[in-house]
Amino acid sequence: MSISDDPQFMREILTDHIKYPRNKREGDESYVSVHMASASCIDDVHVQIKMDGEVIKDLCWHGTGCSISCASCSIMTELLRGKTRAEALVLADTFDKLMNLEPCDEDSLEEADCFANVPKEPARINCAKIGWKGVRKALGQEIRE
Amino acid sequence: MIDAQIIRRDFPMYDNGGLYKDKKLVYLDNCATTFKPNQVIDEADRYNRCITANTKRGDYALAHDADVAYDASRETVAKFINASPEEVCFTCGDTMGLNQVAFGLAHRIGKDDEIVISYHEHASVVLPWYRVAEQTGAKIVFVPLDENGRITPDGLKSVVNERTKVVCLASTTNVLGYSIDVKEMAKITHSVGALYVDDGAQSVPHRKTDVKDSDADFLCFSGHKMVGPTGIGVMYGKKELLEDLTPLMWGGEMNARFDVEGNVILDDPPSRFEAGTQNVSGALGLAEACRYLQGIGFKDIHDHEEKLRRMAVDGMKDMQKMKVYNPDADAGLVTFNHETVFAQDTATWLGSKGVFVRSGTHCAKLLPVFTGSPATVRASFYIYNDEEDIQAFLDAAKHTEDYLDVYF
Repeated sequence: MSISDDPQFMREILTDHIKYPRNKREGDESYVSVHMASASCIDDVHVQIKMDGEVIKDLCWHGTGCSISCASCSIMTELLRGKTRAEALVLADTFDKLMNLEPCDEDSLEEADCFANVPKEPARINCAKIGWKGVRKALGQEIRE
Repeated sequence: MIDAQIIRRDFPMYDNGGLYKDKKLVYLDNCATTFKPNQVIDEADRYNRCITANTKRGDYALAHDADVAYDASRETVAKFINASPEEVCFTCGDTMGLNQVAFGLAHRIGKDDEIVISYHEHASVVLPWYRVAEQTGAKIVFVPLDENGRITPDGLKSVVNERTKVVCLASTTNVLGYSIDVKEMAKITHSVGALYVDDGAQSVPHRKTDVKDSDADFLCFSGHKMVGPTGIGVMYGKKELLEDLTPLMWGGEMNARFDVEGNVILDDPPSRFEAGTQNVSGALGLAEACRYLQGIGFKDIHDHEEKLRRMAVDGMKDMQKMKVYNPDADAGLVTFNHETVFAQDTATWLGSKGVFVRSGTHCAKLLPVFTGSPATVRASFYIYNDEEDIQAFLDAAKHTEDYLDVYF
């Protein structure tokens, strides 16, 4: 059973990350830092990644945004720590598919699957994706729309 | 007195039984843009359907008819703000007008001169003047706000001096809805020999504008915020100042002659500022919007908006976790935040109930210095809103804390 099969559980995960955001801190100069500021919306998020070869050793974020963008950054930073660059990009693709309502391996997203209903409010899709876009940028991949 | 139900008959956005996607349409984002009545839509379309020809360059009857309609629109708009037609230049909107004024005046501004704006100003005021200051070595000076966030005559007096070249302020601010007495502000500005630029985007649609009375040197506004079409606006300037303004756009129909030596003779204002093929359909629509609003009357418009604003502010008093930033607004809007819910989440929640409001910085990205909040929610009212709209807004706002319900 996927997380998105249980709305109550999805809500609990979301509420928990809104209340207690994880990895919300500023990294030092050893981190690759990306500033994601949107013209159309208030989300203003910095995503920071520390690599060890091809492996994401640590990642963190800080900034302001709506509940969806902040919770998404929080969950994403937990999910991607310890993943390789290639694994992280596959997960970023999977998350994009989830936002586009395309079939995808939802289980691989773990808690990030709790955003499955965000496309019900299309204006918030970019908020859910802003941290992920930051990670793509930090990993040196052009953002695909 | 305005009967919004009768007004709505003119607006096709309410044709679908007042529904939008199966929910009652409660549109409260009128500071951003307004709905258009059939009268405006039809008049704008008259150009496309009946008199399409390029203006100011055709020698045939059809082109003449297009010219006559375009000129008549200018006359209507000029009367609407009590200006002469040769002082009214059509633009593509307030932003273009404000850019034209700023860059067009740059040659009069030098190193260490001062340009006065405020934290309230929209990006379309702040950014052109930032750029002009950078190019000329001038300094941007902010009018101090009083404890309620208002710009006062004394505040302006405290910053203008012999180095001040321009004061540019919104006559009604777009986030908090505070209005200033343009006449008094222009007088203070003129007392030090500076020019006064009035950003009328949020005032012209809601109250009578009289440039002769206010004595503003320039006034810019947009059509789409006053039931007119998008893509059309106005830059008014006093005749002698338009003569000295450098055009922002160069091209066809703004020049009289040019030769291979590089000599250029410019056309007179207002044509000088209307390079290229113009938005004729938009100009016709804007003129009709002026007639439409005049037909209702600005006293009734103001009374109606104030009635709705009071109902909203009073209704929010009972919501303990709601902070209203402008219970004393002069314009028909209310700006607020829930103590524990981010502005965009509040707007999404209200939107899920069919109540459409704006959240964010509202393009006034300096104002958070005053409000202390990175984002706010704004509900703004117009002639077609009614008490039922406000009640729907209040009913939804009461339950803002349930905002996550939107996703489940």
